[in-house]
Amino acid sequence: MGEIFGMPVQVLMGQLAIGLINGSFYALLSLGLAIIFGLLNVINFAHGAQYMLGAFVAWMLLHYLGIGYWPALLLAPLIVGAIGILMERFMIRKLYHVDHVYGLLLTFGIALILQGLFLNMFGVSGQRYPTPDALRGMVDLGFMFLPIYRGWVIVASLAVCLLTWFIIEKTKLGAYLRAATENPELVRAFGINVPVLITLTYGAGVALAAFAGVMAAPVYQVSPIMGAEIIIVVFAVVVIGGMGSLLGAIVAGFGLGLVEGLTRVFYPEASSVVIFLVMAIVLLLKPSGLFGQAR
Amino acid sequence: MSSISRVGTSVLAAAAVGLASASVSADGISGDVVRIGAMVDMSGVYSANGGPGAVVAVEMAIDDFGGEVLGKPIELLSADYQNRVSVAQATARRWFDERDVDMIIESTDSASALALFDLGNDRERITIAAGSATTRMTGDGCSRYGIHYVYDTFALATGTGNAIVQEGNTEWYFITADYAFGHSLEQDTENIVLASGGNVLGKSRHPLGSTDYASYLLQAQASGAQVVGLANAGNDFSTAVEQAHEFGITAGGQILAGMLVFLTDINALGVDVAQGMQFTTGFYWDYDDETRAFSERFYERHGAMPTMIQAGAYSATMHYLQAIEATGTDNADAVMEYLRSNPIEDFFSRNGYLRADGRMVHDMYLAEIKSPAESESTWDMVRIIREIPGDEAFRPLEDGNCQYVNSGS
Repeated sequence: MGEIFGMPVQVLMGQLAIGLINGSFYALLSLGLAIIFGLLNVINFAHGAQYMLGAFVAWMLLHYLGIGYWPALLLAPLIVGAIGILMERFMIRKLYHVDHVYGLLLTFGIALILQGLFLNMFGVSGQRYPTPDALRGMVDLGFMFLPIYRGWVIVASLAVCLLTWFIIEKTKLGAYLRAATENPELVRAFGINVPVLITLTYGAGVALAAFAGVMAAPVYQVSPIMGAEIIIVVFAVVVIGGMGSLLGAIVAGFGLGLVEGLTRVFYPEASSVVIFLVMAIVLLLKPSGLFGQAR
Repeated sequence: MSSISRVGTSVLAAAAVGLASASVSADGISGDVVRIGAMVDMSGVYSANGGPGAVVAVEMAIDDFGGEVLGKPIELLSADYQNRVSVAQATARRWFDERDVDMIIESTDSASALALFDLGNDRERITIAAGSATTRMTGDGCSRYGIHYVYDTFALATGTGNAIVQEGNTEWYFITADYAFGHSLEQDTENIVLASGGNVLGKSRHPLGSTDYASYLLQAQASGAQVVGLANAGNDFSTAVEQAHEFGITAGGQILAGMLVFLTDINALGVDVAQGMQFTTGFYWDYDDETRAFSERFYERHGAMPTMIQAGAYSATMHYLQAIEATGTDNADAVMEYLRSNPIEDFFSRNGYLRADGRMVHDMYLAEIKSPAESESTWDMVRIIREIPGDEAFRPLEDGNCQYVNSGS
């Protein structure tokens, strides 16, 4: 095989594939954040904790009830989404009329409490979650062995991202949603229950985080600190894509995964900061983000 | 300077008061109490292998000793240093200067442990490293009152490195935690590999607490090395092994070498993933009747079998208290003198003795992780392949260049 920039093509392609896998998680998580911010104007700092919760719910379903991966893929987002709905109904809603910062502080507090609770119960060592039988093994792509499960992560998250984007941007339900956030009074006048719509939207955003958590369980260890580690990166992704822009979140998620993968090949030491470097540059050149509109 | 001497005087004054009021038999205990401080990582990446379990171990030692020494009570303080050198230093200063703590035992990262040793040397108090690994604690960072009790990077590298190299696996690739501990472990192992005519084909350095090792593993795979050496620890280690399994590193014929493996890591991974891996350890719970007796008692209190750090913390505390009893004082010089001149022998330490540079030399073990078929219960995870005599396991005294060894003798 040949070389590109002095790097064997094999290594380069492998790293790009891995970048795409990480990008899948970034995209799923930043999409949820973007929905919640774009439609509710809440900076949901609990998103990382809800992702962790998704992974733990899947783990608990398996260990205490013997419910496997496939049902968990549906059940965990439903359960965690329901918890999110309760949070919105009884806590976050009270802060809609004040500055964004208060919502951020509240959700940050919730994130720390959840993380602390799970640390207390499970300790910091990760819990293992086995790869489902149907997705075990590897495929030989010629340039690398791709674990089948990771391939599934890319496909599934791309599908979920596009479906979500389609529902919100192209369907009637999505139109109501967008209208309800632009002008709640008017939409209410049409006989639509706006508060319920808002609550369900928050629940859906949280469910996306939990879905990402279940997807992540067999790849990373199920650990109380898994959310805290990824949330900062995901916020950077949302900022780069443009706060509140759904397409921006998806494109930036996958794109930055690739950028990170490439950095690991050429200058590994910078791989943990490259996303923030991109964020700084994007903010300097286009403060509203790549796909964002200035508000 | 003046504040230090003032503290010194007040300690002396306190001791004098203690002397005046004390009964005849306990005239050497400062402040009429022996205070032990346990400083650990309570909830971070290293909390499973040391952490709250190490505090439990120290507590057990104090209880087993009867809660008092020479008729004076033994008190235990514990603190979370939050993986920060500054917190470790501030806590230790407060303990030494305000709480009159006589001995600090740690399970921290290497940088914090070096800071503790420095402070102990200055305040003339005993510091015992049970958790951290760097050989600098018995080298340029050694202390007159410092004891490196359980293991170090040299012992890990020689034990595991030699075993693997001797089987003809001489081409290595390192995946290393990018800070003092990882570098030290990588360097010590590289020395072994090179000394036996081997090669290091490449290295990847990852930040502490990474969750994704796929790209490093792919580079290791592409390098064609026979051995992928993991110079990291705790969660970093177990995640890397898990992902190596996923990407077929071992299935492709490469050997994974865990340079620092704790029992808790194997438990997190499961023997099916970790099986066959060889590593060096200072303790295994199921080694013989003595280790089992301690470990089962520990299990009742902590809900997990002890790691080498936790077992070592118990053993170190026990020997410290025995030294106070034997010498009749908690004076640091007297206790160190006693520990240096008497063998250190118990369920944890075999053929142990304390060297002038602070290294507690004892037998180490080369271990191999069992296969699921061999493993009969949850904690039945390891087979000891051979005992490594202490003098072979640890770095020779003269190679460390501890300043107190040269000037002292």
